[in-house]
Amino acid sequence: MTVVSSPPQAPAAPPPRRRTPGVGFGEGAVNLLNGAFLLLWALITTLPLVWAIISSFKTNREFLADPFGLPAAARFDNFARAWTAANIGQYFVNSVLVVVISVPLTMLLGAMAAYVLARYEFRGNRLVYYGFVGGMIFPVFLALVPLFFVVRNLGFIPGIGPLLGLNSYLSLALVYTAFSLPFTVFFLTAFFRTQPTSIAEAAIVDGCSHFGLFFRVMLPMAKPGLISIGLFNVLGHWNQYVLPVVLMNDPERKVLAQGLAALAISQGYRGDWTALFAGLVIALLPVLIVYVLFQRQVQAGLTAGVLK
Amino acid sequence: MSTDVSIRNSVPRRPTSKAGPALQHGKVRFVVAFLALPVGLYALFVLSPYVQAIYISMTDWTGLTGDQTFLGLDNYVRLAGDGQFLIALRNNGILLVVVPALTVLLGLFFASMLNVGRRGRSGIEGVRGSKVYRVVYFFPMVLSVSIVGVLFKYVFAPTEAGGVFNGILRGIGLESLTAPWLGDPAFAFWIVVLVMVWSFVGFYVVLFSAAMQSIPKEIYEAALLDGATRFHTFRHVTMPLVWDTVQVGWVYMAIQAMDAFALVHIMLGIGGGPSRDGDVLGLALYRSAFNDYRFGYASAIGVVLLLLTLVVSAVFLRAARRERVELS
Repeated sequence: MTVVSSPPQAPAAPPPRRRTPGVGFGEGAVNLLNGAFLLLWALITTLPLVWAIISSFKTNREFLADPFGLPAAARFDNFARAWTAANIGQYFVNSVLVVVISVPLTMLLGAMAAYVLARYEFRGNRLVYYGFVGGMIFPVFLALVPLFFVVRNLGFIPGIGPLLGLNSYLSLALVYTAFSLPFTVFFLTAFFRTQPTSIAEAAIVDGCSHFGLFFRVMLPMAKPGLISIGLFNVLGHWNQYVLPVVLMNDPERKVLAQGLAALAISQGYRGDWTALFAGLVIALLPVLIVYVLFQRQVQAGLTAGVLK
Repeated sequence: MSTDVSIRNSVPRRPTSKAGPALQHGKVRFVVAFLALPVGLYALFVLSPYVQAIYISMTDWTGLTGDQTFLGLDNYVRLAGDGQFLIALRNNGILLVVVPALTVLLGLFFASMLNVGRRGRSGIEGVRGSKVYRVVYFFPMVLSVSIVGVLFKYVFAPTEAGGVFNGILRGIGLESLTAPWLGDPAFAFWIVVLVMVWSFVGFYVVLFSAAMQSIPKEIYEAALLDGATRFHTFRHVTMPLVWDTVQVGWVYMAIQAMDAFALVHIMLGIGGGPSRDGDVLGLALYRSAFNDYRFGYASAIGVVLLLLTLVVSAVFLRAARRERVELS
């Protein structure tokens, strides 16, 4: 760099560097200051998390005596206590069960609705579309009270009732799916609109049914969009808090986000901080892994909602 | 947006309609088959509760029995005289204004540094390591609010419970400033506000970065050659060109900030903190419904929350339509 910027010049006291307007000594100082601010915010973002992770390996005595120090030895038994005694293991499994049902269902139903709305003209198309999209602006809280009773009453239906109702993984997954449809449909409709009509017609001419066209041609072509919105839904469903708080009140059926919070709130657990932090780290890990692996798609998926 | 338009423009080229004749065969059956499940599920769990909530808000339903008396707007009149509701409403007002203001400011500040902050010899460029910063800053956004709430509940815990913030204050010789942060009505709610800003800033850094990277570098170089200061460049070049994104981001943020339920519930407890001074509408609704079984009253709070959301979106989107700078 220096080679480029200091061409051979007359030896008579040349300025040490070529000065472009606005780039001077003061600018260097401002650059440095900017760097300091950026670093400071990076520390503010990461240090609380680092503190929690380090604390999860300490004994409770170490945790109280020296909040910043490193543990003398890594205490993996904190994790064992969190997993079994504090029930985090059960909550983890519950969360996985719900997300495993809700995300594929959201993607399938969302893609089906979006595809039809994007590519078929029929009466009421706009009505259905805006019906879905309008749901994005309504606060979940307004729906909470009636939703509680809708789900509870589903439990009384003879036959399938026991599968649904309150404290059912399936019910919670269906509710997640329903509340994720507005954004999923909105996002995927825009995506399906961009696909060329000629391919669709060629497939139909070749004897493909509408169903075959969707599942064998259109869905595979929409893969990038499906991945973005899929990650968005995975994170959203995994992190959901208020819906399970209302719909899953059986202590055995709590999901991870809810169970962790209940653990922190419950007075009875006071005193075993390090197991709590171990629980927090267990809850943090899956999200961290997904984020590190897919950080570009995650950022794209989460910000897409605002940009569109 | 742009793709949308281009598709629409390409449609009239087809002789018949959007879908050619080949696509018309068996269309109706297919459309119905594909819409039935999504629309059914959506109607059952989303639309019907919203409609019911508006009706329930005008009754005195307790949920225990089937009886409910129609009260008209009585619940709303009662809300206006409910001190605790007014505290929650005030706090939601604070969330609506303070959280987006702080977040957008910090977001713009960091994004402009990351993307155009460095004035080097080769002109204007992003800071070194800006990719890493973006990844790190964004991370809190993917964390569950419950993790964030639990984490900061303990960061701001009293010293004897291992609160690390007080520990830091003592460590740098500011022992006199230590306080039971979340137990003090003067601080409790503001700490929730700060935590919310903490978790959202990275999202806006990424959002604004995308907008800033679409600004041609030549504009900055021209400004640099004209001797514009950093502040001038920011004020007269960057800001007008990312203004659209800022406005849309603001609405999104305001709507997100309305839902402080999880953070307040976890950090300050179901009552809304010391002297119940950190209450928010979502929490007040939850308490009325599931602690007091006043479902009518709770639904009325929900309707207020909806109105607030609609007003905010309308105001901001209206403002956003004002002036747009087009990059050609």
